[in-house]
Order: sequence, then C-alpha cells, then structure tokens
Amino acid sequence: MLARKNCLEAMGRDIMMTLKSSASHYKFGLAAFLFLAPALIFFSIYVIIPIFQSLQLSLFEWNGLYNSNGVSTAAFVGLENYRKLWVDPNFWISIKNNFLWLLLYLLAVPLGLMIAIFLNQTVMGIRVYKSLFFFPFVISQVVVGFIFGWFYNPDFGIVAKLWQFIFCEETINFIGNKTFKCVRSVPDILSSADYATYGIIFAGLWPQVAYCVILYLTGLNNVAADQVEAGRLDGAKGWRMLWFVILPQLKPATFIAIAVTIIGALRSFDMIAVMTQGGPYGMTNVLSHYMYEVALSEYGDRYGYGSAVATILFGIMMVFITYFLWSIYQDERRET
Amino acid sequence: MFNKLKMTISTVAATGLFAGAAFAGDLVINFDDLNPGPKQAFDEAVAAFQAANPDINVTVNNNDREAHKSAIRNFLSANPPDVTSWYPGNRMGPFVDAGLFEPIDDLWAENNLNEDMSAVKPTMSRNGKTWGVPYSYYQWGVYYRKDIYDKLGLSEPKTWNELLSNCDALKGVGVTPFTIGTKYLWTAAGVFDYLNLRTNGYDVHNALTDGKIKYTDERIRATFANWEEMLDRCSFIENHASLDWQGGVAAFANGDAAMYVMGNFSVGAYRDAGLTDEQIDFFQFPEITPGLPMAEEAPADAFFIPSGAKNKADAKKFLAFVAHADTQTKWNKIIGKLPPNSKAIVGDDKFIQEGFAVVSNAAGLAQFYDRDAPAEMASEGMKGFQEFMLDPSKLDAILKRLDQVQVDVYK
Repeated sequence: MLARKNCLEAMGRDIMMTLKSSASHYKFGLAAFLFLAPALIFFSIYVIIPIFQSLQLSLFEWNGLYNSNGVSTAAFVGLENYRKLWVDPNFWISIKNNFLWLLLYLLAVPLGLMIAIFLNQTVMGIRVYKSLFFFPFVISQVVVGFIFGWFYNPDFGIVAKLWQFIFCEETINFIGNKTFKCVRSVPDILSSADYATYGIIFAGLWPQVAYCVILYLTGLNNVAADQVEAGRLDGAKGWRMLWFVILPQLKPATFIAIAVTIIGALRSFDMIAVMTQGGPYGMTNVLSHYMYEVALSEYGDRYGYGSAVATILFGIMMVFITYFLWSIYQDERRET
Repeated sequence: MFNKLKMTISTVAATGLFAGAAFAGDLVINFDDLNPGPKQAFDEAVAAFQAANPDINVTVNNNDREAHKSAIRNFLSANPPDVTSWYPGNRMGPFVDAGLFEPIDDLWAENNLNEDMSAVKPTMSRNGKTWGVPYSYYQWGVYYRKDIYDKLGLSEPKTWNELLSNCDALKGVGVTPFTIGTKYLWTAAGVFDYLNLRTNGYDVHNALTDGKIKYTDERIRATFANWEEMLDRCSFIENHASLDWQGGVAAFANGDAAMYVMGNFSVGAYRDAGLTDEQIDFFQFPEITPGLPMAEEAPADAFFIPSGAKNKADAKKFLAFVAHADTQTKWNKIIGKLPPNSKAIVGDDKFIQEGFAVVSNAAGLAQFYDRDAPAEMASEGMKGFQEFMLDPSKLDAILKRLDQVQVDVYK
C-alpha cells in the first residue's frame, strides 16, 4: 500500500516536471483539470448531486410513486421527518448499535497489528500462512455473513453442536424419531436482543482484522532496519521496542487502518442484511440498514423518512471524514 | 431460441427499460410468478384467451415475484402494461391513491361478479370503487400431525379449551404443540390475525387494521391475553426467531412439534419433508369467543388495469375471461389453490377441499395483517408480535409503541 503510494507520488512528480518544462505558461491548471474531469463528472453524478437530492427529499413525505401524468406524489413536510426520527425508538437503537460497531470494530486495529507482527518473519511456508490470514478479506462480506449465520444457527451450527455435546443428550421422541433433550437450551445468538449485535460485529471483525493485517504487513516492510538495530544497541526490546521504535514508524499504516475501520463500521450493512435483517424486532439495526428498511424494503417505501436517516448518517460520517482529510492535508503541508 | 429471446425481451420490458409499443389489438400483460406451476397455469389461461380472441395479439411479461414488486412502482407510471398482477387490500392502496389503477365497477356489474365473488369484493374495493379481479386465493388454518393426534387419541379441537387441553396432552409426552419460524416476522402475524378474529371478530379486526381502534384497547388486550395463554399452555418451539417458515417445518416433520398455523401453500413443504397425506391434516382455527361468527384468513392474488393502459377495452376482456368460472377452475386446479368465483369447481386435493369448506362458510375474509394494515404499520406491528412472542412481559411497551405508530400512519 505504502510502496504503491510512494510509487504514485514519484509518478506524479515526473508528470508535473514534464508539464512544467514543456508548457510552463499553462502551469498545470488546464491539463490537471482535463485529467480530473472524467472522475469529477462521474463523482458529481453518482455522489455529489445525489447527496443534495437526498437532503432535499428528507423534507418531503413520498412513497416513491408518480401519478399517471408522471408528476411526483411527494408532499413537502419541512422538518417533520426529523421530528419523527427524534421520537422513533428504532432510530435510537440504530444509533446505539452504530456506536457499538464503531467501538468494537476498532479492536481490528490492535488485533491486526499483533497478527502482522507475528506473520512478519521468514519461516518455511510463511506465504501460505499469510494468505490464510488474508483469506477472509478476499471473500465477500455477504459470504462471511452467511458462514457466521450458519455457525450461530441453533439447530445445526457449530455453536449448537458443541453445546449439544455438553448439555444435551440424544433421545427418541414420541413418534420414534431421534431428537435432542437439553438441560439448558441452545443459545440462539442471532435472535437474542442482547447478543445478536455482538454476534454480527464478531463476524465483521474477521475480515476487518485481515484488512488491518495487510496494511500493517506492508508497513512493517518499510520499517527502517538501521533504527531497529540502533534501538537494539541501546537496549530496547519487547514492548519498549514495539512502542518507541516500531509503532512510530507504522504511524501512516495505523492512520489508514483506523480510517478504513471507522468508515467500515459506519457502512456495516451487508452482514446485518444477511444475518438478521435488523431483527429480532429491529434490535440489530444500524442507520444504514434502518434507512434501507424504511425506504427500500418490502414494508418501506417511505423515501423522505429514509432520506432523513441517510442525512443523519451522512452527518456522522462527515465528522470522521473531515477529520481524516484534515490530517492528511496537514501531513502533506508538513512534507512540502 | 426464439422463446429465449422473447423471454429476455420481456424481462427487460418488465423492468421498465423497454418502451413497449402497444397498438390497438395488442395486449400487454405483466405477471409475477416464474415458478413452474403458476407459470403453466397462467400460460395456459393466456393461450385459451388468445384462442378465443384471435384478433388480439397478447404479449406476456412474466417476472420474478420480488422483482415485480419493485418494477411495478416504475412501470405503472413510466411504461404501463394493459394488465398487471398485484395484491388487493392495503397493498393496492398506494397505487389506487396515486391514480395509477383503473376502477372496474362496470366490469364487475356486467359479469355478475358482485354475486359470484361477493366474498372477496370488500378486499378488492377502496374509496368506494372496485379495482381488480382476483384469480386465486388460499386458506389459512392449523396444519397438524394426524399420526401424533391419533396416537394420543386426540381429536380436532373445535373450541379454545379443547385446543388448550390438546396442548397439555402433547406436552405431557414431550411434543411441543406448535412450530413456527418468525425470522421474517409475517408468520407471527398469521397467529395474531386468527387470535384477534376469534376473540373479537372480523369487524373489530378490520377496525384495528384500518386504524380506528387503538392497540391498547381492552378488546385487543384480550387478544394478547389469549396469546399469552397460548404461549404458556401450548408453547411454540424454541429458537423460532432464527427460523424462516420452512425452517419451522423441520420440527413438524420430525414429530417434535405437532401443529402449525399456516397458509395452504405450506402443504408442499410438508410433503417435501417426507410426510405423507395420512400423517398430516388440517383443521379450522378453533372458536375462542363462543357464538362469534368465524372469519378466515384468505389472501388473494389479482389482476389490475393500470390507468395508463393503452388498450383498456381488451384488458377488460381479459379480466372478464380471468373472472370466468371455467378459467378459475382450470387455473386453480394447476396451482392447487382456491378459485374466488363461487361458481368454479375446486380441485380434489384433500386440503383444498377442506379449505374450501372453511372459507365458503366464512363470516368474512381477512387478507393477512401485512396486506390489511398499511406497510409502515404492518412492519412495526409484526416486529411487536415477534417481540411479544419472545418476551410477553414487554406487552405494555409494545402496545404503546404501536399506538404511537398508528397515530403517525393514519392521518
């Protein structure tokens, strides 16, 4: 990742130098704009304009229908949707879950660092181990959701099988078929209002840890050997070596790991949709899934209300994204 | 090859991307079931209609059910066909209110449907007009393991107390009385509908789904009190919140549970799970309030004419054809459901026969909670039902929340 970044920076410098030497009076204004134009156009069509449309829609009540003359049936309601959100218990459950995701998802960063340090050695077959750790990052979140959904399944999941092994015995039921009798009933993780969200976050951590491992492994490649050597001469080892010598050099990797993890946590949707659909009774909803539920699901079609949820989620994301952009900007200013 | 091409084109057209050019004599029909049985029944009906009307050139767009649900929101205004399948009750409400469906009271009058389909007329009506023609419906009720009942010497319960004592007997031998799978919520609504229909009757149930009675009303509380008694003395299988309705069949098939409050479409799943027709049977949900006329749950599927249709004359011809007793007899024989036209003949399957006996004597037909109540109310209501089943002690909070949603939904 970082190697690629350096490479791209070098390329950028080359291009800028060529531009400066060949047509200095253009600076790079026009050329840069031309190169950026395709991205800018598509970014506006698919991101910028929809943001404003959604902001506007959040002030309307609309079931998504046009009448037979093609006129929208939307009705302007001002801030009514936001007032409703304020008293909507589902909304507050979603916010609470969003913050749970945010907090617990950040565990992926230290876990990823630990595994990366563990994998950063030259042993026979290390490439195989590394790729095994990368594996969950490569498969789709939907697949991860299904796999963990099956793990947790109270009938045939691995959790249930282990539980049955300890607490249950196989008996014959009234009509002579095999069945299980349990001293304590099998935990139904994804249907429990108390545990379901943790169950999903745990599943989500699996690929997210892998992502952080990748980031840290590339970071560890760039750790200066001479500094480690110098630290060792000065008697640093173990935690002190990690804390004072390695970690400061991993700062860029940590920054990216935290950024993608936070944004990943706020975007969590796939696994909830696959594992619980927000259930039991809405207890595992997060804002993105609640927005889907009210606007786009079978019992939804409340586009204004959904847009209001989306606007709140956008606001929360903007806080983090602004911070990230600001610190990147600060870093770049320091470099030049 | 040509068929494949036709199908591709029709799929594209159904998603509303393809501008269908319909001339006079051209009839475009959008249908929403690609499963072999329903598709065959529909195709055969269209072929028969075509044979009877050689001057009409019928184009069919048959789409997957879920895809149709989202596509219809576009094509009704962007590129309306001449006929489309959809659901009655509150599901047609948004389209009727936006003026996207054509009222067809004249068609009902001309074809004597007000008589022949009187049972389903209320659910096809809105704002004082009639909007569609149903082609099939099916009954709900209690499916049970006859072999378990027989082994215990139990008989089909006619009253609430008989049901409860059957439950006691079943629990005595370690059989969970009821199975269910509430992961997708709607199955719980089926239980609620029946409890409410039997406790308070059709009119109160309708008033509730129309938003005229509060959920904290004493009568609705009585329904929940009965439900609590059912949870307590009868009990449902554990882990039902993790199962879809097919998942609920497993315990039923294995003999761990003995009864299932379900729709008739589930019979195929019991048979697929290895149960024979001797092992399973059906009974009408028993009486709770003595003397109360028994209404039933019987959701219908129907055809509608979009108000933007280009060929309304032929569309009405097709609807009249669909409403005809002979068409409905043939159609429902293939798909194993009930014909809404009372002059039609029902199939000889034992569940169809029993179901027909039940619904033809019904005091009223409910469409199902999620079609009778508006979507937003249904969504919250069904969440509440599931929550209640998992933790009955939360009843007060649930009912108060539903009251609040009700205030927002019905203005």
